[in-house]
Amino acid sequence: MANSGARFCPRLEERSTVAENGQINPGAKNGIIARISGPIVDATGMRSAGMYEVVEVGSLRLVGEVIRVSGDVATIQVYEDTTGVKPGDVVLRTESPLVVRLGPGLLGSIYDGIQRPLDQIQKHSGAFIRRGEKVSPLDAEKKWLFKPLVKEGDAVGKGKPVGVVQETGSVEHRILPKPGECGTVVEIVPEGEYTVESRVARLKGESGAIYDVFMAHQWPVRNPRPILERRYADAPLITGQRVIDAFFPLARGGTAAIPGGFGTGKTMMQHALAKWSDADIIVYIGCGERGNEMTDVLTDFPKLIDPRSGRSLMERTVLVANTSNMPVAAREVSIYTGITMAEYYRDMGYDVAIMADSTSRWAEALRELAGRLEEMPAEEGFPAYLATRLAQFYERAGAVTTLGGGEGSVSIVGAVSPPGGDFSEPVTQHTRRFVRCFWALDTTLANARHYPSINWLTSYSEYAEDIRSWWEQREPSFPALREEAMEVLQLEARLQQIVKLVGPDVLPDTQRFVLIVAEIIKNGFLQQSSFDKVDTYTDPERQVFLLGLMMEFYRRGKAVIAAGSPVVRLHEMKAVRKLSVAKSTVPNGDKQAMADLRREVGEELEALEAEYQK
Amino acid sequence: MIQEHGLEYVGLGKIDGPLVFVRRITDVGYNEVVEIIDREGHPRIGTVLDVSDEVAVVQILEGTDGLSNANTRVRFLGRPMRLPVSSEMLGRVFDGLGRPLDNCPMPFSGEERDIQGDPINPWSRQYPRDFIQTGLSAIDGMNTLVRGQKLPIFSGNGIPHNRVAAQIVRQAKLLQEDVQFTIIFCGMGVKNDVAQFFVRNFEETGVIGKVALFLSLANAPSVERLLTPRTALTLAEHLAFDLGMHVLVIMTDMTNYCESLREIGTARGEIPARKGYPGYLYSDLASIYERAGRVKGGEGSITQVPVLTMPNDDISHPVPDLTGYITEGQIVMDRELFQRSVYPPIAGLPSLSRLMKDGIGKGRTRDDHPTLASQLFAAYSKVKQIRGLAAVIGEEELAPLDKIYLHFGDEFEQKFLKQQEFEDRTITQTLELGWDVISILPKSELPRLSDEFLNQYYRQDVAERAANKQAGKSDSEAKKVAVPAQDAAKLESDQE
Repeated sequence: MANSGARFCPRLEERSTVAENGQINPGAKNGIIARISGPIVDATGMRSAGMYEVVEVGSLRLVGEVIRVSGDVATIQVYEDTTGVKPGDVVLRTESPLVVRLGPGLLGSIYDGIQRPLDQIQKHSGAFIRRGEKVSPLDAEKKWLFKPLVKEGDAVGKGKPVGVVQETGSVEHRILPKPGECGTVVEIVPEGEYTVESRVARLKGESGAIYDVFMAHQWPVRNPRPILERRYADAPLITGQRVIDAFFPLARGGTAAIPGGFGTGKTMMQHALAKWSDADIIVYIGCGERGNEMTDVLTDFPKLIDPRSGRSLMERTVLVANTSNMPVAAREVSIYTGITMAEYYRDMGYDVAIMADSTSRWAEALRELAGRLEEMPAEEGFPAYLATRLAQFYERAGAVTTLGGGEGSVSIVGAVSPPGGDFSEPVTQHTRRFVRCFWALDTTLANARHYPSINWLTSYSEYAEDIRSWWEQREPSFPALREEAMEVLQLEARLQQIVKLVGPDVLPDTQRFVLIVAEIIKNGFLQQSSFDKVDTYTDPERQVFLLGLMMEFYRRGKAVIAAGSPVVRLHEMKAVRKLSVAKSTVPNGDKQAMADLRREVGEELEALEAEYQK
Repeated sequence: MIQEHGLEYVGLGKIDGPLVFVRRITDVGYNEVVEIIDREGHPRIGTVLDVSDEVAVVQILEGTDGLSNANTRVRFLGRPMRLPVSSEMLGRVFDGLGRPLDNCPMPFSGEERDIQGDPINPWSRQYPRDFIQTGLSAIDGMNTLVRGQKLPIFSGNGIPHNRVAAQIVRQAKLLQEDVQFTIIFCGMGVKNDVAQFFVRNFEETGVIGKVALFLSLANAPSVERLLTPRTALTLAEHLAFDLGMHVLVIMTDMTNYCESLREIGTARGEIPARKGYPGYLYSDLASIYERAGRVKGGEGSITQVPVLTMPNDDISHPVPDLTGYITEGQIVMDRELFQRSVYPPIAGLPSLSRLMKDGIGKGRTRDDHPTLASQLFAAYSKVKQIRGLAAVIGEEELAPLDKIYLHFGDEFEQKFLKQQEFEDRTITQTLELGWDVISILPKSELPRLSDEFLNQYYRQDVAERAANKQAGKSDSEAKKVAVPAQDAAKLESDQE
């Protein structure tokens, strides 16, 4: 190791109590390390330390957090590798909880679990992450064009912006006072360029207190940001993924879980949702997963164009990457870091969607830390508070009225990686209790390369009813269409049981036709390729068109069979293949192509109908 | 590699399995290297697992046989485990800690590296996209390996995974450049003759000069296995990221590695998770597998092909399960194919390469490759269904189309999957073979292939022959109607 000379701890008195920002912190009382076991460190002399206080451990000043205080001894989880830390080394207190820094510059960035920007770390330590790196989350040098929205003497209510910054081409960043701060403007800077460190306004509160409003502020990650009230989530988050939007929709401000064994496409689905969801902001948390997957997002997203804003998708995305080989304690905190940033944008009045991949790795981090703390385990070695922590996380989602009176939402999509693909394990089971949308991924479908491998029989969404009125306003026929298609799929599943025993030949023609239509729905609607330019995103209009045409084929086909036509005649039709491939041949909004396909299918059916007319 | 500084203590507090407890110590760091000198004066190496004011828990990598509480001297070396690295280590054989096993002196090295390594910054990674041609159709066509990927082989006892691994090593090359891979072979708990098999193979094919072997054989102390992959990957990182080589790391057998981890965990009295494996098995495996990859601005790459045997062929066992969650896909060996003497016995459906999508297609392999592979998967999965049905009602009773599917299934296994151990197919040969077999199916059964590809590659003659063959058969047979329609309807209501 390059810095082995510095590994020997300086004497106590040489160590000053300098906090990260360079200010002398006279109240800080340092602790002394008594024991090290992996990422868990015990320190004595910490009587006054608070729970979840951030500390710096050892001569490398590794960042850690107090997770247990017992008399004089504090137990600390360290967010970096503790190799070489010794009993007798110093623990430096910061007297502050773990915070994230919120301000312009978050979008387009990639952070580790404790909000250190990975691109800056690369500049300091190269391609490998060295320990003890201290980098400010937001670029302190960069100037942002600030436009004030208020003038001196104006009253600024809670959660109301004092000005705006165009953070990226597609997102306007509203500069908010810290939650709870409000008052009359006594000072506001003119329009101009400022850094995140700049004070842009001063407010005088009712009690006479003066609040400084900076371009950026801090917020403790484990505390939800306050809101005025929760709203009812009744609008869908349109994802462009047909099986989701049509059959198992997610509401804005809703929660969903994607459980699936390895290779079932959880990450591919998270990527597709992050790309095509019509949220304003995406927070993508890579929690204990593969490094190359984050690289994929980093190389892919800047090139992709958001269909709504016409700008790069990266301009609305924040990445939090704590890959599986990065320290486990930072993995535990990474989802809180992500959700706090999401809440911040929600408070500006945006719809934010969080992709957490994977919550199982987060739960495993909890288990690992609990094991090191020698806590009594509950199921499969997980701590008994697993369910509570999961609930706390998912409950931070919601459609809300912000403090400032605007409307915003945070939706959470959490991937779950059950061991052996067995959904009865604790993380899947507990998650199921706290989410309202369950997209169960299926190994058999994935093995046949049917993606997204959402099993239409075991998945559910409780939002389908909540957002019914939204669809009824736009496409009155859609809810009925959806139910009809679902019936075909369920009927097919029942018929397949017979087919498994005796083969399809013995079924009556009407039932064999159900199999054919179900096959069309599976190939032409449920299955969606994210590599095909046309297929990858299907807007609601085209979803209605595709499903509508398939159901029309079903209804008229059924009638013509009843009139005496053999099922083979329908199976031979060109329409079968056309309907199966329309997802990639008829682009969004191409009215002409849609009309053509409708006409072609219609003509073929008419010809057959004419033959069997009585 | 043992240096002379550090404090020395005499006597141990307690010996428990591979762990020793040393009391009344000062200035000992976590994860530090320890040298234990036994009664006979032989040194053994250990690392600190847990340390407090009073006691340090040390795991002894070479086992605790013959150690006693008295007369044992302990020296703390004040640094983590390191490996001296250099390109001169190629062509040599080492033990799990990096000490020569071939009776030659330690290679000269100017640099020592911490074997734990630092995590690669995800921002600095370069997304792997360069196609590696292994010459095996089952891999190249269906589960493509790319440079910088970690793609494990899931196998079972008795299945020839070692021969497949050796064939990959022999044949792996990049299409664009004629670059040979540098190979690091890491054997953990493998039998002596398995190690011999690989060494002989490397010698016969003349690659031995580009191979470094790290062996911790089945009879070596189990704790040594915990360091073996880390030692091997430390050298791999040096060769790839400092010297710009393309390194292929074969690690066998990861199941033995996990067994050792469980052994240590149990000895420490840790709370176990599934099947007695420690709760941190996932993180621990990730710290090995995630060392594969490429970095921006760097020339070299590390491609990992770990081999593991699934206990009782159970893919949901914690070792294959957690591995599959970390690695970028898996090549699964199938006992049934093996028993039908299909070599390589690579299972069609559960195998997967996650990085395939970006390594193939236009400009990389051929533009029809992605959809052809997808269609082969879909069709083969249907074959499996029909075989299930045929087992129940008998092959004769199947619908004509289903019989064509069965014909396709057989040809796919016998012509496409099966090949000789020394047969090196180019990607074009593989894809043409793929079209030869998929054309057995009528065009209407191929919704994933676009009309454009069908026009270009579909073999009309193959399709006609298959259809004729089928028709010929069914004509000669008396047409039997299995169950009248009413009966089927009745059966359905019975089911409900």
